[in-house]
Amino acid sequence: MSAAMERAPLTAPAAPDRVSLSQRLARRGLDVTTLLLMPALLFVLALFVYPALYGFWLSLHPMNANGVFGFGNYISFFSDRYVYGTIFTTLELAVPVTLVNIALSVPIALRVRHLRKQRLLTTILIIPVTLGTVLTAQGMLNFYGPLGWFNRILMTLHVIDAPVRLVHNFTGVFLSQIVSGFPFCFMLILSYVSGIDPSLEQAASMLGAGPAARFRHILLPLLGAGLAITFCLAFVQAFSVFPSAVLVGSPSGPTRVIAIAAYHAAYEQYDYSMGSAIAIIMGGVQIIVVAIVMKASAALYRGPAAGGKG
Amino acid sequence: MKIESEIAGKLWRIAIWALVGFFIINLTGIILSVVVDSLGTSWFATWLPNGFTTSWYSESWSSFQLGGVLVVTLEVAGAVLIGSALLGVPAAYALARRDFPGKKLVMLLFVLPLIIPPFTYGIPLASVLYQFGLGGTLTGVILANLMPSVPFVIFILVPFIEQIDPRVEAAARVFGAGTWALFRTVMVPLLLPGILAALVLVLVRTIGLFELTFLTAGPGNQTLVVALYYSVFAAGMRANQTIDAMAVIYMVTSLVCLIIALRFVDPTQIVGRSKKSAAH
Amino acid sequence: MTISAKNFRELRLERMRRDFGGLNALKDISLTIKRGEFIALLGPSGCGKSTALNCLAGLLPLTGGSIWVDDNRIDHLKPEDRGFGMVFQNYALFPHMSLRKNIGFGLRMQKQPQAVIDAKVEEALALVRLTKQADKLPGQISGGQQQRVAIARAIVVEPPLVLMDEPLSNLDAKLRLEMRAEIRRIHNMIGCSTIYVTHDQDEALSLADRIVVLRDGEVRQVGTPQELYARPAHADVAEFMGYRNLLKAEAETEENGRLSMRVGTARIAGLAVEPGNGRDVIAALRPEDLTPSTDGPIAASVISAEYRGRDFYGLARTQDGMELWFRSDIPVQPGEALRLGAPAERVLVYPARAA
Repeated sequence: MSAAMERAPLTAPAAPDRVSLSQRLARRGLDVTTLLLMPALLFVLALFVYPALYGFWLSLHPMNANGVFGFGNYISFFSDRYVYGTIFTTLELAVPVTLVNIALSVPIALRVRHLRKQRLLTTILIIPVTLGTVLTAQGMLNFYGPLGWFNRILMTLHVIDAPVRLVHNFTGVFLSQIVSGFPFCFMLILSYVSGIDPSLEQAASMLGAGPAARFRHILLPLLGAGLAITFCLAFVQAFSVFPSAVLVGSPSGPTRVIAIAAYHAAYEQYDYSMGSAIAIIMGGVQIIVVAIVMKASAALYRGPAAGGKG
Repeated sequence: MKIESEIAGKLWRIAIWALVGFFIINLTGIILSVVVDSLGTSWFATWLPNGFTTSWYSESWSSFQLGGVLVVTLEVAGAVLIGSALLGVPAAYALARRDFPGKKLVMLLFVLPLIIPPFTYGIPLASVLYQFGLGGTLTGVILANLMPSVPFVIFILVPFIEQIDPRVEAAARVFGAGTWALFRTVMVPLLLPGILAALVLVLVRTIGLFELTFLTAGPGNQTLVVALYYSVFAAGMRANQTIDAMAVIYMVTSLVCLIIALRFVDPTQIVGRSKKSAAH
Repeated sequence: MTISAKNFRELRLERMRRDFGGLNALKDISLTIKRGEFIALLGPSGCGKSTALNCLAGLLPLTGGSIWVDDNRIDHLKPEDRGFGMVFQNYALFPHMSLRKNIGFGLRMQKQPQAVIDAKVEEALALVRLTKQADKLPGQISGGQQQRVAIARAIVVEPPLVLMDEPLSNLDAKLRLEMRAEIRRIHNMIGCSTIYVTHDQDEALSLADRIVVLRDGEVRQVGTPQELYARPAHADVAEFMGYRNLLKAEAETEENGRLSMRVGTARIAGLAVEPGNGRDVIAALRPEDLTPSTDGPIAASVISAEYRGRDFYGLARTQDGMELWFRSDIPVQPGEALRLGAPAERVLVYPARAA
């Protein structure tokens, strides 16, 4: 074999300078097919990256400094408790809501996966996801209002004597985030749970593991990465809550979330520079939370949730 | 011991179904109270309205100029559908079939719009659109709605295209299919189910997408959901029933889209598909 | 060797029954399995063998009948309370645990002291020869190795009974032969009773002490591999056991169980296995017993032939249009005219069923 190689003619066309540019690009994976990516890429660059960078630039040129470079927006954001407090207001709402939604979704998804007629339930639960927060808010104002059916039923059953206040406060926003956020979490987690090979649980039970042990040792570790991703995606929605915070919350007080602050600056005070600064801070907090969750879940197993081949 | 665990299991199951039942009852109440109110003459401190009428719908239709709003909504949805197909499908194909330097970066670029709050890029995007004279125009609203839809389509389609064996394409080439014939006779039939599913999901999302339209739309080009927001926000200016009538019209529009969607896709896909994006 | 099967005398299935909706997947299966026995449940796909295994494991509730270990009724117990070991078709290894953790899982569930777990896991790893890979994840080892982990995981808890659900069906042919020997070796060392589900009669013949042939949810025959190979009780069992030629024949005379019959225009002799009255019978014979000879009663012409190393296997067609599989020591060519015959004791005759 090696002898044959040595005897091979030395004129073999191996010279790299003979390879055309397109061939060299193709060798690195860049060819006409890759170019199909360009329109979408340019679009995202123009409508996402450029605005984000522009917003960042804008935020560093405060309006009240007549457009001169400076950190004035960020300084004034973090020096006014009423404004920077919105970060905590939003987190106080978004973190518990997301955790509650996930905590409710996991046991229900584990039960529903055994159901043969899943489709009906999942169809019912998809409705609030489709309707969105605005319609949910209007419905909640009717249903949970002091004269709404919910209070009437509780009063008829003598659970309460006077109507409970469930809208125009923190509770209202919390409930609205559960009504529209729970189905979202549930669907995501159901699809993760369904991805776990049922024979793994069967194998665990054959080895003597009861329901609790199966959950702790098999399901939870295999769901871990999925739960982290669900947390992130659900958290984005809860963290950027706007319509329900205005409509069923009390937007000047307990549910003055950061999105309201950003909107207020940009669209009511016409200070796009400050609005952009708050928007950037909002994105920053979101990215920090996502990074923490992903970091925390990095230690978990994240391969396929199936046993062996097949 | 054994009986105890059996009872515990049964209680657990009952608790879970009770939870699901409670959620569905509340959901039904929320939706139904809107529908009932929109059909009631006057409703105050009673179980049901005093009488029923459909007049709120015509009043709502005229006072909120819903005809125009619906047209705008459909125009925006249609344009977003076409735009995200033209931009998203080729990009998804390239991402599914090729490895190239910087692919991870490109993927990250497409993930970001899905995990960053819409307000974060919506406000700068709106100011950029105003800069170019597109703010408050229909084109601006379409562009803003297209923004998250393109990555969304890409992330639904990439795994779908990946699971189509590339050897099918190779085989078609071996049997003498040119690029156009390959595209027409092999790729389109194979990709069509995925493209349809993706676009139907885009439709459902666009109808319900609030923030970006809210930030970029002017008075003449609000979509239904934004118009609904303004009317709820300004509640008290008009009878609550007209708002509810409008809410029902919005609900029907999105439910029609949802029913269309459910013909093509599994409900878990409507939210579930985007998980693939973050999994990469 | 500290891993050994727990004491019990026998496992009894009494009229075990399982319905799915209106469908009878299992019809009154009764069977007694002695300690240390290797039983193969053999049958084509859809015969109910996997259902039977899942019922035994407790993964599917019975809809009738009972299961007993000696004098204890166990069919109402949950899988985790039965204490059986199981090897799944797809192995079902926990993908997030190392091989060591996988194998130790059952012992951990029994709350054994860590020292005991470590010692037994080490022993099991040595038994399946995977000591070096112990800290890898299942995804990092080959299919055959995964298979061995699955076996080790099932036997390390020393179950009275190990259930195996087509454990070799995901392996390639060569590995399958190796693992077959491996399973037999481990069984001989541990001595645990084993129920092994398969659709491959070679596997069943080579592994089992007794074979249970299932068809349409019913036990068709129970016997040793030798009995099943030589004397299938029914025509369908015969077909499954490699009697590829099933010939429609007409019985003529019978003498001491030896039957003379007419197959098309030819006349052949065979042994009546299943009693039946009626002239319509089925003669079953293996391709290897049907050979060309000058005085063979069946005239046929060769359609195709393939060389198998030592001899030839071919397909021939008679003048009546019947197709026959045969074996030949000498080369045969397509189109060649032959006379085929088989010794009467190798031709098994069953009554023809009204189809």
